[in-house]
Amino acid sequence: MEDFLRIGNIRFSSRLLTGTGKFSSLDHIPQVLEKSGSEMITVALRRVDRHGKNRNILEYIPETVTLLPNTSGARSAQEAVRIAELARAGGCGDFIKIEVIRDMKYLMPDNAETVKATRMLAERGFIVLPYMTPDPSAAQQLEQAGAAAVMPLGSPIGSNRGLETKEMIRIIIEMSHVPVIVDAGIGRPSHAAMAMEMGADAVLVNTAIATSGDPAAMAEAFSLAVRAGRNAFLQSMPAKLANASASSPLTGFLD
Amino acid sequence: MTFFNTIKEFESFNPDEHFSRVTDRDILESIQKEKLGISDFLNLISPEAENFLEPMAARARETTIQYFGRVIQLFAPLYISDFCTNRCTYCGFNIHNRFKRKKLTSEQIDKQAGIIKKSGIRHILVLTGEDPVNSSVSYLEQAVEVLSHHFASIGLEVYPMDTPDYEKLVAAGADSLTVYQEVYDRDIYRRVHPAGRKSDYPYRLSTPERACRAGFRSVNIGALFGLAPVRTEAFFTGLHAKYLEDRYPEVEISVSLPRMTKACGCEAPACPLGDKTFVQFMTALRLFLPKAGITVSTREPARLRDRLVHLGATRLSAGSKTQVGGYSREETSETPQFETTDTRSVDQVEEMILQSGYQPVFKDWEPLEAAP
Repeated sequence: MEDFLRIGNIRFSSRLLTGTGKFSSLDHIPQVLEKSGSEMITVALRRVDRHGKNRNILEYIPETVTLLPNTSGARSAQEAVRIAELARAGGCGDFIKIEVIRDMKYLMPDNAETVKATRMLAERGFIVLPYMTPDPSAAQQLEQAGAAAVMPLGSPIGSNRGLETKEMIRIIIEMSHVPVIVDAGIGRPSHAAMAMEMGADAVLVNTAIATSGDPAAMAEAFSLAVRAGRNAFLQSMPAKLANASASSPLTGFLD
Repeated sequence: MTFFNTIKEFESFNPDEHFSRVTDRDILESIQKEKLGISDFLNLISPEAENFLEPMAARARETTIQYFGRVIQLFAPLYISDFCTNRCTYCGFNIHNRFKRKKLTSEQIDKQAGIIKKSGIRHILVLTGEDPVNSSVSYLEQAVEVLSHHFASIGLEVYPMDTPDYEKLVAAGADSLTVYQEVYDRDIYRRVHPAGRKSDYPYRLSTPERACRAGFRSVNIGALFGLAPVRTEAFFTGLHAKYLEDRYPEVEISVSLPRMTKACGCEAPACPLGDKTFVQFMTALRLFLPKAGITVSTREPARLRDRLVHLGATRLSAGSKTQVGGYSREETSETPQFETTDTRSVDQVEEMILQSGYQPVFKDWEPLEAAP
């Protein structure tokens, strides 16, 4: 059965998004992409270095992989918009992951500013994926503002604690009409599997892959976990459909 | 309310008394905690904790990798003026030290920047002595403007100013500020800063707060180790950083642990900080402040810097010249502010970082307003 993740006008077979910021060497990036089959990778524009002498992170990402530049460093909607425009002007494409963070201590996204930035960027033709603190009403606002997907955090970024915000994410998944990508806090493949089983459309994993002893092997493990979780979720779908349908296999004889 | 109130609150506090009660068990518990309080930090900087350097280092390494990844950010200092009106008894730039003072013109700054940029460096730290006449705010604004054509991030390490002046420099394109208290001990502060603008302890102490309010993205603080009893200085450094983190969450707070190196015509350190205690303080600061950047300059020797990459450091300077105009031979002045001990080139430091299993990062900022 065909099972694609659709964001913007692109179809993705892989539901694992990866990151670039924490590797011991940029050489890990192509290996991670290959082993995991990940088709979308996030890059902080602040790290993109086009100085001739230095390594340019973009050169380590194959063209077949969709680039998801992020607005790391933005403290307001205005700054996020500016970074997004610089990214697009610099050839990073129309996808943008909005990160607006005003709290350097816990790195929690500012939802109000994120909604503003989402509206402005969606109006300018970007495919907007906002990183958010998992508040169901903010997720609705982001969707109305034109988000192509929403990215609630599982737990504080870099914490590897898994889905500490599980109930909120469950509600967001239930209410959302755009893909829900769980981002941040996923420290183990089992966390990723759990998110997918719950019905998340994808997960983004960075720290747990980049800081492991063998990033490519860990990326593959995450990829398998994402597929396992997704398959389990799909298996539960027919039951849900059956519940919703008019057929009554157990009590139909009474009609 | 400034950090000066906190300093006064702690005036009657005797860290040695706390240290004398610290047990091995206290230390082990503090190392394992996910969130450390002030007394945990004290436990980890106690003399007793020097016996636990290995477990402290292991946790510091793990914590740094978790929050920062396996990356080390690189920068270079650029001294643009050594005019100074201060009388710091420990510094080569002090007013009594007679040498031909020098200040770079915009053209010379541009030339120095070009040379530094060729090495791959994208983050620059601009330094001056304390002389608001020779290095006026408008002189600094011009310097920042020139540098914004070469670098992705511009930091300043200049004399303390009022918030409106800092705001001008932020508007010109500077994004980070470094200001060291030098000494937290008030009596010693008075003795080593006998006159001039810098003798105003509370003004110096509240400088990082004025910088945070002015909109700098990152503010770096520290004590100059060697001037006063080291454990108390380390304690106040941590407390100060925590104070700033709590009150200015939008600003990235980082710390440095500069150690006095011999500058010509100056006094030798009264309270030298040995390598072992230096490493203890660095790992203790990492555990107490997991998200704080830790900067290590070329004051530290190569063999130590190579190891500090694994122990909590997040930023290293490289290829540094600490005299005005030092990046080109014809413009170099005679007197460096301090002697650098890691004299390796940027390429060599880059290679060391790679060999250590870390990624050297030259650019970690995107200027939003400045010139392309």
